[in-house]
Amino acid sequence: MVEPGTPSMAPTISGASDFSEDGLRDAYRLMVLARVADERCLMLQRQGRIGFYAPLMGQEAAQVGASRALSPGDWVFPAYREMAVALARGVSLKAIFDQLLGNADDAIRGRQMPNHFGFREKNFVVASSPIGTQITQAVGAAMAAQRRKDPVVAIAFFGDGATSSNDFHAGLNFAGVFQSPSIFFCQNNQWAISMPRKRQTMSATLAEKAAAYGIPGVQVDGNDIRAVYRAVRDARARAVSGHGPTMIEAEVYRFGPHSTSDDPKRYQTDLELSAAKARDPIGRLKAELIASALWDEVAEQKLWEESRAYVSRTFEASEKATPLDPRSIFEDVFARLSPRLAEERADYDDRAREGALRS
Amino acid sequence: MTELNIVQAINRTLHDAMRQDPNVLILGEDIGVNGGVFRATEGLFKEFGAERVIDTPLSETGIIGAAIGMALYGLKPVAEIQFMDFIYPAFDQIVSELAKFRYRSAGQYPAHVVIRTPYGGGIKGGLYHSQSTEAYFCHTAGIKVVVPSTPADARGLLFSAIDDEDPVLFLEPKRIYRSLTGEVPEGAERVPFGRARIVRDGSDVSVFAYGAMVPQAAEAAGKLEQDGISAEVVDLRSLVPLDEAAAVASVEKTGRAVIVHEAARFCGFGAELAAVLAEKALYSLKAPVVRVTGFDTPFPYALENLYLPNADRIAHAARAAVRAA
Repeated sequence: MVEPGTPSMAPTISGASDFSEDGLRDAYRLMVLARVADERCLMLQRQGRIGFYAPLMGQEAAQVGASRALSPGDWVFPAYREMAVALARGVSLKAIFDQLLGNADDAIRGRQMPNHFGFREKNFVVASSPIGTQITQAVGAAMAAQRRKDPVVAIAFFGDGATSSNDFHAGLNFAGVFQSPSIFFCQNNQWAISMPRKRQTMSATLAEKAAAYGIPGVQVDGNDIRAVYRAVRDARARAVSGHGPTMIEAEVYRFGPHSTSDDPKRYQTDLELSAAKARDPIGRLKAELIASALWDEVAEQKLWEESRAYVSRTFEASEKATPLDPRSIFEDVFARLSPRLAEERADYDDRAREGALRS
Repeated sequence: MTELNIVQAINRTLHDAMRQDPNVLILGEDIGVNGGVFRATEGLFKEFGAERVIDTPLSETGIIGAAIGMALYGLKPVAEIQFMDFIYPAFDQIVSELAKFRYRSAGQYPAHVVIRTPYGGGIKGGLYHSQSTEAYFCHTAGIKVVVPSTPADARGLLFSAIDDEDPVLFLEPKRIYRSLTGEVPEGAERVPFGRARIVRDGSDVSVFAYGAMVPQAAEAAGKLEQDGISAEVVDLRSLVPLDEAAAVASVEKTGRAVIVHEAARFCGFGAELAAVLAEKALYSLKAPVVRVTGFDTPFPYALENLYLPNADRIAHAARAAVRAA
């Protein structure tokens, strides 16, 4: 097999009619890598080696399928659960782990909680915690691409809870009015922390909300990577040919907790979770690959073993990275250090020197 | 030089900035076909069209969120919020997003958005067309806040705001939009951020003000002169970054400080300036720092003139400071 994280993991075909056989196997490898990394991160948090983690398990097909239908020049505005999207766009697992640790190699220099990464060179905009705010921003980026006549879409990833946010409504409304090349990709994982989908809104589907803004809304089975891929591919084609935005609701299920600070046993039944896990997108794609003679149990076992070893190796490498320079706290507030921040830094330097003298 | 009022100066500067740089665009409510409710964007739609002068649906979070996305992409959006009183639906976008993009991405995603918004009282606008809530934004790391008080500064600071690499909140004192005219350069002279302007030299007391309070402070200085008190009037112009050196230098000279703003006193901008003077100019002070501000009430309608600081209140405070020592 190809080692996880090597260049073949990067986005391959774009604009292709459907997955090639190799493309489908590659996508499967990526989904397994994401699952293994996800499980490991939950464990690392419990061991106190990372401070926090928000898992994506259950959403692998939705994230990888959507990502494979995008071009490298497209702009991704993620929420904070999109690790598999980042990996699918060619972000290295090391870069993700560096962010979880906030070490000196972290692309965002330890500025945010785990999961809130961003990678300019992959057009993966830095995430934030407020819900839905990325949606209007994605519309603005799409409007900018539209004005420059770039063949680029901006896609916003968000969850079912975000469909209640101010920016969901403002964003879809703007996109409808300006016919921006936007894709609104809602991963309906059925839970907004403890609030079930059915109590988030009385709308029968989330996709139908798009109709209120005069834009198409489609619902797909988010466990079916081909269905997700086709929906995003079609939405992208419409957007870049000047036919405006699309909302896609990918129905998935959040297998894990909202985050490591959450205990789903307070609001979720074992029965519901096990029923959802029977529709695991990874199991589903594996069965499809085996049925098409593209995969076998030997390859399967090897993939999981190698992914686990790769994840271990990579995390250990991230743990070895040097810690952040404390003086970096004052940087990137403004383009240039303000007089006030220069003063605060000088004060810090004085105290650091005193401390050094004492020890 | 041309004689213009503040709205005309802003309008002319927007025209010039859009002619000079195709990346500059403007967006907001009623700014296009209608030319803005204060006519600050008059004529821009006709010259630059709907692609660059964007009439938006009625959503402030939509306006600022979209402006952020445009800025991330590489455009230079100048967003208008029709009244500062209506900025709060966009508070999340400004405080959680715009101000933090550079920091949270470690410089990968700077978001240079200029937000123009008319603020302040004196137009019989009541609670929701009068507020002066700059302190909320000055308190937020990552966004600059500037307030012109003259047509020339309106032009020079707006050019600087559009040039800047950081987000800028550009507050327009709507009470003096048209009531005051002044010479404005034809060229594109910039007024740098972080530099206060000495409106009038003086030796007995420093009066610090910004926006629509500057003419009131100047009028007060005239009254004080008749009493034999020499007041120095300092227009702060730039609240973030603040010209602390100018404030300290003025107080070192006069030994007394009166700080004027329309906003409520408690945790208003004057509190920060008073603290700076306490930290850096305490031994020059001969009298306690005095604040002349709006009351700690919501902005009233019928009694607006009672709420707003005026030349008499400022002169009264300055006399008391001079009498104190």
